[in-house]
Amino acid sequence: MTNATVTSASAGPSTGRTLPAGTPVLDVEHLRKIYNEGKPHAKMAIDDVSFSVDKGEFVCIVGPSGAGKTTLLRCISGLAQASSGRLAFEGTPLTSVPDQLGLVFQDYGRSLYHWFTNAKNVGLPLAARGVPKAERARRVSEVLAEVGLPHVEQQYPWELSGGMQQRVAIARALSYHPDLLLMDEPFASVDAQTRFDLEDLILKVRRDLGITVVLVTHDIDEAIYLSDRIVVLSGSPSKVREVVDVPLGQDRDQVATRASDEFLELRRHLLDLVMPHGA
Amino acid sequence: MTQTLPTVDAEAAAALIAPTTPPGRRRRSGGGTAKRVLVAVWLPIVLLALWWVLSASSTSPFFPPLSKILGEWWDQWIVGDAKGQLVSSLRNLVFGYLAGSLIGATFGTLLWRFAAARRVTNPIIYFLYVLPAPALLPAMIALFGIGEMRQIALISFGAIWPTLLNTLDGMRGIDQVKFDAAKAMRLSPTRTLFSLVLPAAAPQMAAGLRASLQVSIILMVVTEMVAAREGIGYFILQAQTVFAVTKMWTGILTLVIIGMVANFLFVAIERRALAWYHRSRAPGNS
Ligand SMILES: Nc1ncnc2c1ncn2[C@@H]1O[C@H](COP(=O)(O)OP(=O)(O)OP(=O)(O)O)[C@@H](O)[C@H]1O
Ligand SMILES: [Mg+2]
Repeated sequence: MTNATVTSASAGPSTGRTLPAGTPVLDVEHLRKIYNEGKPHAKMAIDDVSFSVDKGEFVCIVGPSGAGKTTLLRCISGLAQASSGRLAFEGTPLTSVPDQLGLVFQDYGRSLYHWFTNAKNVGLPLAARGVPKAERARRVSEVLAEVGLPHVEQQYPWELSGGMQQRVAIARALSYHPDLLLMDEPFASVDAQTRFDLEDLILKVRRDLGITVVLVTHDIDEAIYLSDRIVVLSGSPSKVREVVDVPLGQDRDQVATRASDEFLELRRHLLDLVMPHGA
Repeated sequence: MTQTLPTVDAEAAAALIAPTTPPGRRRRSGGGTAKRVLVAVWLPIVLLALWWVLSASSTSPFFPPLSKILGEWWDQWIVGDAKGQLVSSLRNLVFGYLAGSLIGATFGTLLWRFAAARRVTNPIIYFLYVLPAPALLPAMIALFGIGEMRQIALISFGAIWPTLLNTLDGMRGIDQVKFDAAKAMRLSPTRTLFSLVLPAAAPQMAAGLRASLQVSIILMVVTEMVAAREGIGYFILQAQTVFAVTKMWTGILTLVIIGMVANFLFVAIERRALAWYHRSRAPGNS
């Protein structure tokens, strides 16, 4: 009963605690990840990455293909073990995936459970958190409406288009109102128009729910359009090349923002950073 | 034309690892139920008609006219007391199959979950899998005597392997990303088992269960033909030893009916339980 009255910004079913002011939602210090450590075929995917994300921020991580972006996301979400460095989520060291973290994977076709209906998919994290059935159904249709997909509850993911399936995956990650939403190249496999729609959807969701977002992409324009800050990674094994502030304000528009001088200036700077020099 | 090639390759590859391939053949032709039934039964009907016509004037003692067999079948299995044999056979089949496939699915899941156990038991499982189950009959007789326990035990023994291997293989084929998703949603181990592992492996488990059913029916007859006192296999063997050829044929006919009904029931249940799978693979859903 009390849950229903809590505002959506912090409506997690179990978080009663408030963070001390100034505690970053995510804090990454000197993260290093070596696959198959100690074996002859050891492979360093991440060399040294540090950054932090404050509450309410939208941070993009850009880097070339194979830079270790997925690896980085797996580490900061608690899915993979870091080789060294310090990781903290809302001030507590990471051991497993935190309760208040939502994840959207690179490939919706592989992350959705195609034997369940969309409603069941979206309701799964709620069921795992012990939300009763009636409440679950209400929140599932609420969050599906939030991502612009009313009336798909009874359908299966494979009955929807690619863009719609990614919306279902986003709804699934949002259903339990996480504090932090982590996304791994969520729009890489949809067409340009759908991509614009989904970018605006994420901005709207972020405004509506007041959540913090970290999004991985290899698309510089997308990173500038979406974020408040951009963490630029070098090629493999990745290091942070630069953290770029994006002072474009809260309201963004696909046509006007992308044509603005500030946008173009940032774009030139970022391209300069990621382009190989002297080659 | 070229589109069929990868499927064939994939199925051939799957056949190398697993005894059977998942039930992925596209059956649904888009027609109604009537059409589907017609497609399924036209060949048996034509063959029965051919048998009826060709054997009508037969005087061979080994191939009596079908009309005679059917008459005798009615007398033996519907009116007469061969029904007892049927009951005994079906009881062995049901208990043996259920026990075997349950053991197969359980141990398949456990072996998937515990890689160390899998490595240790791998040679034994392979040995037991390639061992023809009827070769164990004498040992089973020594163990369980000649009652129905021995028959049920042998049927379950044979039924274990196709289900076990397909369960293991189906579970090992699940995409790692789906497990990452489960962790991200914070699903408990039990919920992961029932929401992810079992449904994801279900199509291949069904293929294994179907192969186990086939093996069970074969073993049901085999066990009844060696040192047994009841059952359809016993009935057929008895009829043959006293040269009651028509009577023998009625036993074979009963076996055919059991096989068909069992298969039909299996497919009906599987279609219902795996509706999502069949629908997602139907033409129009790539
Ligand atoms: N499980 C693994 N075992 C060993 N090496 C791995 C593993 N996963 C990734 N790698 C290696 O780590 C490096 C970074 O991979 P990662 O998938 O994180 O890159 P990415 O930036 O996400 O690439 P993309 O943009 O193509 O998605 C690659 O060189 C890859 O070969
Ligand atoms: Mg990646």
